[in-house]
Amino acid sequence: MTDILMPALSPTMEEGTLAKWHVKEGDTVSAGDIIAEIETDKATMEVEAVDEGVVEAILVAEGSEGVKVNAPIARLKGDGASFETPAAQAPQDDAVSKEVRHPEEAAPAAVSKDAKPHPAPPSQAAGETGATTEAPHPKAEVERVMASPLARRLAQAAGLDLKAIKGSGPHGRVVKADVEAARGKAPAAAPQAAASAAPRQVQSLEQMGIAPGSYDLIPLDGMRKTVARRMTDSFRDVPHFPLNIDLEIDNLLAARGRINAMLKTDDVRVSVNDLVIKAAAMALRRVPEANASYTPEGIAMHHHADVAMAVAVPGGLITPIIRAAETKGLAQIARESKDLATRARDKKLKPDEYLGGTFTVSNLGMYGIKSFSSIINEPQGAIMSVGAGEQRPVVKNGELKIATVMSVTLTCDHRVVDGATGAKFLSAFKAMVEDPATMLV
Amino acid sequence: MDFDIVIIGAGPGGYVAAIRASQLGLKTAIVERENLGGVCLNWGCIPTKALLKSGEVYEQLGHLGDYGLAAGERSYDFTKVIERSRKVAKQLNSGVAFLMKKHKVEVIMGEARLEKGSPTPKVIVGDRTISAKHVILATGARARTIPAIGLEPDGERVWTYREAMTPKTAPKSMIVIGSGAIGIEFASFYRALGAEVTVIEAMDRVLPVEDEEVSKAAQKAFEKRGLKFKLSAKVQKLTKSKTGVTVELEGEKLEAEVAIVAVGITGNVEDLGLEALGVTVEKGHVVIDAVGKTNVPGLYAIGDIAGPPWLAHKASHEGVHCVEAIAGHPTPNVHAPIPGCTYSDPQIASVGLTEAAAKEAGHEVKVGRFPFSANGKAIASGETTGFVKTVFNAKTGALLGAHMIGAEVTEMIQGFALAITLEATEEDLMATVFPHPTMSEAMHEASLDAYGRVLHL
Repeated sequence: MTDILMPALSPTMEEGTLAKWHVKEGDTVSAGDIIAEIETDKATMEVEAVDEGVVEAILVAEGSEGVKVNAPIARLKGDGASFETPAAQAPQDDAVSKEVRHPEEAAPAAVSKDAKPHPAPPSQAAGETGATTEAPHPKAEVERVMASPLARRLAQAAGLDLKAIKGSGPHGRVVKADVEAARGKAPAAAPQAAASAAPRQVQSLEQMGIAPGSYDLIPLDGMRKTVARRMTDSFRDVPHFPLNIDLEIDNLLAARGRINAMLKTDDVRVSVNDLVIKAAAMALRRVPEANASYTPEGIAMHHHADVAMAVAVPGGLITPIIRAAETKGLAQIARESKDLATRARDKKLKPDEYLGGTFTVSNLGMYGIKSFSSIINEPQGAIMSVGAGEQRPVVKNGELKIATVMSVTLTCDHRVVDGATGAKFLSAFKAMVEDPATMLV
Repeated sequence: MDFDIVIIGAGPGGYVAAIRASQLGLKTAIVERENLGGVCLNWGCIPTKALLKSGEVYEQLGHLGDYGLAAGERSYDFTKVIERSRKVAKQLNSGVAFLMKKHKVEVIMGEARLEKGSPTPKVIVGDRTISAKHVILATGARARTIPAIGLEPDGERVWTYREAMTPKTAPKSMIVIGSGAIGIEFASFYRALGAEVTVIEAMDRVLPVEDEEVSKAAQKAFEKRGLKFKLSAKVQKLTKSKTGVTVELEGEKLEAEVAIVAVGITGNVEDLGLEALGVTVEKGHVVIDAVGKTNVPGLYAIGDIAGPPWLAHKASHEGVHCVEAIAGHPTPNVHAPIPGCTYSDPQIASVGLTEAAAKEAGHEVKVGRFPFSANGKAIASGETTGFVKTVFNAKTGALLGAHMIGAEVTEMIQGFALAITLEATEEDLMATVFPHPTMSEAMHEASLDAYGRVLHL
């Protein structure tokens, strides 16, 4: 009899949603059978059986959210039965495959010091800074929320979701005091509990004047929680500033036309964004100080420009990466970006395809946005926001001319990319965009 | 530092705290001036239960006919009754010594005194100075006396619980001043042995901390056993003579061979050096926070010295809670009410709020009752006195309190304590299966009754 554990699909994965079971209790499975789909914060992964056996018990119901890495999800009858995911079978990254293969070893790494308590919906979002104990969230192991009968009844009466309330009782059990605290009417609770685990009180929508029933509540999926957490952390903790620059892209557009004419027989077309990625990567190579991350131990100077591109997907966004973009030709970048974007929208990206970029390009030009500034994608030193290319009047040698101009904003992490460094990078980037041939250097 | 924790006082608060500290890997010492196990084990809870059992059996012998039995004339040897009680205490006392040894807690016999130290106070025992990261005061309490009006023990005519436990002969008549648990238990015991006992109570009912209905039923049951009560009565003066005592009330004088003073408890806060350290003491008790911290860094207090209720299990609970907080393993957030028990005949047990206290606290309540006279096991046992009463929050269904009077109710109250601690609602109590036939079925029925669903009434 073997417990099948929730695999860690990436080094940072803390929990995931058991999106779908492909087997039911009593089913016999053999190697290669897909038994379940797990939705992580960024992607949906299929879990395959490696050995044969009979599914004795499904321990986590389909659709269960917040299943902690390493929690048993099913029990298999049969000796040495184990499961692994496709990511493990086609490993590009040793660390990832090892963790999937041996979830019990991976767990400590996956829930390392940046493990966060279970996120809560906006009505009573737990203040992560206030939570010092990392009690495993009860519903991670089983579908059922551990709560006292009285807490259940009080939560129901108050219209509160028990799952969103952090339990302070034995084994994280939600007790009356927790519900009362969540309701914002906490009486003088036990001081030691209040000091260690009091969630930051956020007013509910109702308290802020939005009547219940006047809106629909969409549950937070893994991606939304991750976006919320990462962006909040970054915006709050990273000292960031924007640098703006205008680029004339007539030459770039002309070059793109010629390139695509040349590639006509190939099944690929180079987009403006592909050129921007290439130019950014080349500029990062020229100004390596901008291709860096701040860490408490020192500044990490990245060897390659792994350029992440923000892709809007249903329910959020994801940033798949063109690895070592400075070494790749435009056709290859175009192929990769198209493939990554397609699979991103299908939620089929592998973790190593979206984790670990060194720089991000976010382009809202296609929506006609003229200029905007993004929030730093930690731990990257900078993120580039690309606006729409449009015809604008420009003054050249005292004469008014028309040029296709694109505004670009670079948001910099001031701890690693100072103003002058950011400016140096942008000027190198501008030079390449305005004279694309220099990208060949 | 010599120790992680030094505990002063080896009563049920101190020695339990010491065991827990040892379990948590803390190097622990305990200082005791007299007996391991403290008052509870040597002069309180345990030896009185031995006495009460003797009284109960003796009284039962008077009712053998009720069960179709007969025996020769009953009698007792008072010296042997007392001896048995002392033997029981002795046995448990050595049990605590064994537990200390087993858990590698160093026992230091002697009077402890505190002195300013850095960062925590030093503990002086005899000529030994002990340093520890944390010092826990668990020195307990003693009977309150009021010498100004003669309420002061002399060991002959005027007793506290302490003298009442080892008299040479059983008195023929007795006045018990105070109708709390201690006063009522001694009144019950000596009445069982045939003494004429009058209990004086300043409040308008006996066992004033209990639910009013329980107080009334208790008085009725005690009176049936021949106990007399003077309620709403204030002692003006107690005077002694060679043959007995005279207690003056307003407009009345009572006489008896002996008097027992049971007018409350006062914390053992003296001679510890607390004043010099600036420890905050109010009304004879050290002031603490939720985990037992005093206002002096590194100094904690648990149990009787830290205030009411003066109960052994409260002291043990606080001791564990305090030590776990010190060790960085804070007890999970649990609201655990402290049950109270009186081992008289009949017994009284309660947990949580009385009906009046619940209403005073603003709760809308649903109240259920079930008499043992309608319970099969109680009838079969000839123990039909008493009832069970439940108090629920009408809005939430939370069990707010439970109150019981009757045979062995002290053994059943933990069921309700568990229910409140686990935050059970009426549905949980109704859904629980109570074994038949037991007196505990009355607990189930009282829960059903609060919601108009009582079955056997």
